[in-house]
Amino acid sequence: MTASPDMASPDPQSDTVWVERESLIDRIPRWVAMLALAVIVITIWDLVTTRTGWISPIILPSPGETLDDLIFVGHNLITGGYMLEALWTTTRTVFWAFLIAIAIGFSLGVLVGETKFGERAVMPYLVAIDTMPKVAFAPLFIAWLGFDISSKVALAAFIATFPIVVSTAAGLYSASENERLLFKSIGATRWQTLTRLKLPTGLPQIFTGLKIAAVGVMAGAITGEFLGGGQGFGALIRQSASTLDTPRVFALILYLSLLGLALFFSVAWLQRRLVFWNKSDRLGGVM
Amino acid sequence: MTMAEPRPLTPTPVAQKRPVYEIARLSKTYARNRLTALTDVNLTLYKGEFVSVVGSSGCGKSTLLKIMSGLMPPTTGRVVLEGTPVTGNRSDIGMMFQQATLLPWKTTIENIVLPIEIREGRAAARAARPRAHELLQLVGLGDFANVYPGELSGGMAQRASICRMLISDPAVLLLDEPFSALDELTRDFMNMELQRICAERQATAFLVTHSLAEAVILSDRILVMKPRPGRVVEEIVIDLPRPRTLEMINTPYFGEIVAHIRDLLGKEAHE
Repeated sequence: MTASPDMASPDPQSDTVWVERESLIDRIPRWVAMLALAVIVITIWDLVTTRTGWISPIILPSPGETLDDLIFVGHNLITGGYMLEALWTTTRTVFWAFLIAIAIGFSLGVLVGETKFGERAVMPYLVAIDTMPKVAFAPLFIAWLGFDISSKVALAAFIATFPIVVSTAAGLYSASENERLLFKSIGATRWQTLTRLKLPTGLPQIFTGLKIAAVGVMAGAITGEFLGGGQGFGALIRQSASTLDTPRVFALILYLSLLGLALFFSVAWLQRRLVFWNKSDRLGGVM
Repeated sequence: MTMAEPRPLTPTPVAQKRPVYEIARLSKTYARNRLTALTDVNLTLYKGEFVSVVGSSGCGKSTLLKIMSGLMPPTTGRVVLEGTPVTGNRSDIGMMFQQATLLPWKTTIENIVLPIEIREGRAAARAARPRAHELLQLVGLGDFANVYPGELSGGMAQRASICRMLISDPAVLLLDEPFSALDELTRDFMNMELQRICAERQATAFLVTHSLAEAVILSDRILVMKPRPGRVVEEIVIDLPRPRTLEMINTPYFGEIVAHIRDLLGKEAHE
């Protein structure tokens, strides 16, 4: 069938039978979508607590109560009250635990990823320990190190070490056969191959492990404070929970999550700076 | 991608031929599975000569290249480059792989001086930068010195890896299917570029390839290898005039050579 010019429709619009339309969710800016979701959740929350009384305030406090406590705790934190001290204790715990986990995790990761001895002899033990419920070691750490910050640091570091070991070892394996051949053919020493090929190639994976560790170190520090008492934020949460002060628990958890977010995004920021060539493992521009 | 202007090519007079790479009675047996990968390979590469090896997979051509590059020891035989036996990696051997293998965290020019950086240190690598710039001009990548490899196309990346191979001024170029990952048009173009670069630098080159047309268009000589055990069954001299052009692919003579090699390799497939 041939279309002669006079047969062509004068209106080009009528020729177009199928056009691509952007879906609704793609046309909404991210912040609007996030805000909308928050409004929906808080409305339902308000509905089931204050409006209808379906859920007891002891189990789930109303948004209003929680906001009151958020303001109270926030005021205490800003004015340098006892809660700020508790937060500072937990922050120190998390900081030291993360540093220790990075030092030990990275060293073990290099041992496992770079040496046959590490791969054959050390790795099986690490896997065996990793499969244990690590929180179960908390009483041991308390018995060894006492009730002050060091037992919490030990538990948090213990939990955070394993993801770093595994990701470092996997990262070192990720250099391709061709890249190894190239380094061999230009006469690179083992040290040069490790530092100038394998480590940079493995950085994206190492950072994935660091992000998992950043989450784990928070969980470890708070668990340690639940079980071992002391001065941290975990102890505050436990005290409030034992008096059924649920709004306070909610408020404390929200502020604690800011610490976790700060740690996580510090790692993510460092990754963006160091691994500038790899953009594949960032989720929707958030990480 | 800009084509540099063609320069006059001066064919090497036969009288001047000087052996660069000599291989004699080379054999390789893998101890683990008692597989004879290569048996009685004899080969001499002369200065400025382009030699290819073709053969089906398993014919030992990769093994031969690994031995020639000093990445693997032979079982028996003489492997001598520029009068010195090859007993490991050497700076006077330039290698090129199927993939460009540029490090993504280094700029193009940093990638090119990498062999200098590894062998002689960072100061020497800095000193080699002007030379790297000249090489980039040679391959038509002059404007891409400070670009990261992620922004280069496949063909551009392989041209950068040509520069990296040439930076240490090697006596011999060992090419392991260098353009097989590129699309066909880019591949043809890169082959012509390779011919120009080799002619300009009087390079001695040894190419492993699966493409018969590529081997014929580039080579002065082609070695046809067969497996079980890996051996050279025929050496074919290609006396097409230089510079070669892509139009030569359509000539009857070209077709005859390709058909002859295909016939040689095909026979073995039925054995």
